[in-house]
Amino acid sequence: MRDYSVFDIVGPIMIGPSSSHTAGAARLAKVAAIIAEGKIIKAEFLLHGSFGETYKGHGTDKALVAGILGMEPWDERLRDSFALAAEQGIEIIFTPADLGEVHPNTVKFILTKEDGSVSNITGSSVGGGNILIFDIDGQEVAFTGQYPTLLAQYRDLPGVISKVSSVLYEENINIANMRVYRSGKGKTAMMALEADSEITEAVTEKIRNIEEMERVQSINPVVEGVF
Amino acid sequence: MVASGEELVKICRENGIPIWEYAIREEALRSETSSEEVVEKMRRTLHVMMDSSTIAQEQEVKSISGLIGGDAYKIRSYADRGNTLTGSFINRAMARAMSASEVNAAMGRIVACPTAGSCGILPAVILSAGEELHKTEDELVNALFTAAGVGIIIARNATLAGAEGGCQAECGSAAAMASAAVVEMMGGTPEQALNAAAIVIKNVLGLVCDPVAGLVEVPCAKRNVAGTVSALTTADLVMSGVASKIPFDEVVEAMYRVGRQMPAELRETALGGVAITPTALRLKKEIYKD
Ligand code: SF4
Repeated sequence: MRDYSVFDIVGPIMIGPSSSHTAGAARLAKVAAIIAEGKIIKAEFLLHGSFGETYKGHGTDKALVAGILGMEPWDERLRDSFALAAEQGIEIIFTPADLGEVHPNTVKFILTKEDGSVSNITGSSVGGGNILIFDIDGQEVAFTGQYPTLLAQYRDLPGVISKVSSVLYEENINIANMRVYRSGKGKTAMMALEADSEITEAVTEKIRNIEEMERVQSINPVVEGVF
Repeated sequence: MVASGEELVKICRENGIPIWEYAIREEALRSETSSEEVVEKMRRTLHVMMDSSTIAQEQEVKSISGLIGGDAYKIRSYADRGNTLTGSFINRAMARAMSASEVNAAMGRIVACPTAGSCGILPAVILSAGEELHKTEDELVNALFTAAGVGIIIARNATLAGAEGGCQAECGSAAAMASAAVVEMMGGTPEQALNAAAIVIKNVLGLVCDPVAGLVEVPCAKRNVAGTVSALTTADLVMSGVASKIPFDEVVEAMYRVGRQMPAELRETALGGVAITPTALRLKKEIYKD
């Protein structure tokens, strides 16, 4: 049986109309933008299933753009996100698509950045505003963004994981959950690590300085309801 | 948090505390923070409810699809004119419920309680009862904890999602939580609070989820109004001494079972109920015409 918080029941605070189609969509896009890193100049959204069918009526489109701009699901500017994106010169494209055997509320982000590089991120809005990111640039992952999360891409050599955990240990950050995804020995691997407390930029930088690291990002959930 | 209504009543009785106090304690324990912090977070939640349940009464708010809007303003004006049948208290509560629902459909800020679709019931019930009974803000915050405590028990033993259990699980649960909260606000015991929750759910057992065009607007907004009225009148029913013949836990179990027996067409897919009436299909076509 799940252990519910009172704020799962009386909450979340969010912009309507739908926790899965609006709040979850904003959250997915915000996390995708963090993962993509760098200034986004073009965002294409491939909308699967119910997302593809009802995105206009539920404001899923506005929520996705708001998330790309870094807004939280309770930000009242969410409904004006198109205008804000236009001001920043961000090109926006929505395409209903069939992404295969995935959750009905799934979106694939194709994000082009200033330097011309492109990130592909796919995730689902799984209900109640909760999300699951399950693909980053073709690499399978699985994390919810509910906890402070560290995402690291690194050369898969012995000792890397213990270097990361010793940095966190020094900083007194407890690891709640860690998953490693690898394509083969010695090749690039990906780590998604969820912690009990905030992973600050300073800590992220320390981990970035580990020799084998190629790309490191941290995603910290924001305290809800503080406007 | 305990797993059943029976255990909830027992633990509250043993400690001589109401449901809200138990819920605050448990939340502080599980989140490893202080009770004060938990209460402050709920106060922010209450403030969002105050806004969402007021905004659309003062000016006409239209949904993004154009399907609903302006009704909270109408109810409020009607209540203010003073010629209602059921009185200004109930009419103003209905206006509040409608307001939060309209704000939700217009992409305004609301509190999902337990869901976005049912976001009008708890604010309307708590704020209206609080106003009528001259309760302080702290007491309103406490009432939200009673509601959440009852909601957790429903979530653990059944479901709060229309897609799983129909509208009985969504608006039904919201109204049950709200009614229980008002009973405690009025000085009723935890047992009476759960009696109110049980009666409310029994009265909407089998209510299907059939949103027109798949949007949380029709019939959702008016179900928020109906849930609000049911929660308020049931609180009076219970405070008069009337009890539920079937205990809360058994009603929740029945609600879950009924939800499982519902065909998928009646669980948020917009393939049944009022969602496939000729008018609903025409509205859907108009909304998605391009
Ligand atoms: S009809 Fe369905 S979508 Fe509308 S409030 Fe009820 S459960 Fe929610």
